[in-house]
Amino acid sequence: MSSETNGQALETPAISCINVGKTWGADTDRAVEAVKGFNLDVGKNEFIVLLGPSGCGKSTLLYLIAGLQELTEGQIKSHGRPVVAPDSDRSLIFQESSLYPWLSVIENVAFGLKLRGMAKHKRRSIAIQLLNKVGLGGFEEKRPDELSGGMRQRAAVARALAMEPSVLLMDEPFAALDVQTRSKLQDFLIQIWRDSGASVLFVTHHIDEAIALADRVVVFTARPGTIKSIVPVELPRPRDHRDPVLRELRDQLIELLADEVDRAFAEQEQINDEDKIRA
Amino acid sequence: MSSMSNAYKVPGRLAKFASAAIWWIASVSLFISIWELCWYMKWANPMLFPPPHLFLQDLYFVGKLFDKSTRLGNPTAGLIVWTIAKTIGASTLRVLIGLCLAFVGSLLIGIAIRFSPLFGRLVLPVINLLAPVSPIAWLPVAMLIFGLGNAPAIFLVYIALFFIMTLATLSLIDSLPIAYAQVARIMGGTRLQIFVQVVLPAILPGLFVVLRLNLFAAWMIVLIAEAVGVGGGLGLVVMIARNTFDSQLAFFTMFLIGAVGFVMDMGLREIQRRVLYWAT
Repeated sequence: MSSETNGQALETPAISCINVGKTWGADTDRAVEAVKGFNLDVGKNEFIVLLGPSGCGKSTLLYLIAGLQELTEGQIKSHGRPVVAPDSDRSLIFQESSLYPWLSVIENVAFGLKLRGMAKHKRRSIAIQLLNKVGLGGFEEKRPDELSGGMRQRAAVARALAMEPSVLLMDEPFAALDVQTRSKLQDFLIQIWRDSGASVLFVTHHIDEAIALADRVVVFTARPGTIKSIVPVELPRPRDHRDPVLRELRDQLIELLADEVDRAFAEQEQINDEDKIRA
Repeated sequence: MSSMSNAYKVPGRLAKFASAAIWWIASVSLFISIWELCWYMKWANPMLFPPPHLFLQDLYFVGKLFDKSTRLGNPTAGLIVWTIAKTIGASTLRVLIGLCLAFVGSLLIGIAIRFSPLFGRLVLPVINLLAPVSPIAWLPVAMLIFGLGNAPAIFLVYIALFFIMTLATLSLIDSLPIAYAQVARIMGGTRLQIFVQVVLPAILPGLFVVLRLNLFAAWMIVLIAEAVGVGGGLGLVVMIARNTFDSQLAFFTMFLIGAVGFVMDMGLREIQRRVLYWAT
């Protein structure tokens, strides 16, 4: 089955969003439309960044693709098959690493394999390989609370990679980290992405991060979130932020986002006023 | 130069323990000193409030009262310490067994309520109905069903702890970070796997803290049950002291109860530290 939407792909897209919509509390009077009419195809090994102001629905979309939330409209397909439930083929990395504190690092990384019933020595050896790959060799027996934030996120990536996903969903994974760590982890992520051959859907509100990482930047509107624009970034990585092409791109994105940020704030003020009137 | 650096050596664990012990001794000594002072200055009636040096003397006679066989004038067959130890052991055993049963029971029932909504809808209202009923009200029920001896006392400890801990289990399950379950779902975990491998270890530390906090309630229930007459234990000795107006015995028993309770709490804290290392 081949994709028809973008006309060029010959293989089934890793993720296909068809007119996706999500309304919270759909039948109540406090219904909130988070995402509306969202259409996107994500190709194999493509790095897509979802960029938008806070509250625009980009994280909601990620959770819909992961299968953790249900759509109210439209359809999501993964490799041609509809998404109805969470699956390890679409692994999600949270903002807070959510490693289990009662398990050691290696037990955390091997957790998915354990759920599948893999034998202990086998899953341990896979986990050790992955930990070496993400640069945490030697930290196998440590507890998560003995690691720094950046290391925890790397362990979370290793945990996701253990399931050999074809799609990596990342919800502002570097938001809680300082600038230097964030930059290092961005390089690390690109390397992992190349090695694994997976598609990546990366949510952020940080323009520089988007430019450094993406093949395509999907710019969101304010709520209800839909695609405002898709900006391709066809530069080789690693990218130098001083490059004039990148500077232009940055300005372009700032302009695209500026309206949406204003709209998001205006809407928030309107909500505040409504609450005051109601109260 | 090396002697200078020694002065700044970070204290090891032994030093920390010694420091804690010294402060403990200082605090208790201060309390006892004030009590002894009151006795010395005749502010307190020695008949009613005998200070430690009074109720710890005559240990032989006081100890005799702890064992039925030695109470009425029979010479003790063995060491007097043994009678006291046996009595303490009886009460402690009842508390510990009740504790374990209640911990396991509330964990299982609490998890089952969340795992199976049907089970939850049938069981939770009954639990909410019975929870406020004080264990003391259960006392006659306990004695009717179990008679005298260890069984009713253990049953009452169980009742005292079970309802609170089941509700605590539910509260802990509900306040787990949602990401924990989401991670497991994405990895393909079944509902059962999630409950056993994620929910259970995640709530254990919190539940253990609740257990420790309720330890004293369990202690009190055992003593009340024994005082009322289930047979044996420190509670019975408290009643003997009351019936014979023996304040020396009363304070001695209080001292024992306090000491045993303190040791038990320390023991639980140590278990928590070793087994549930990931908790704060």
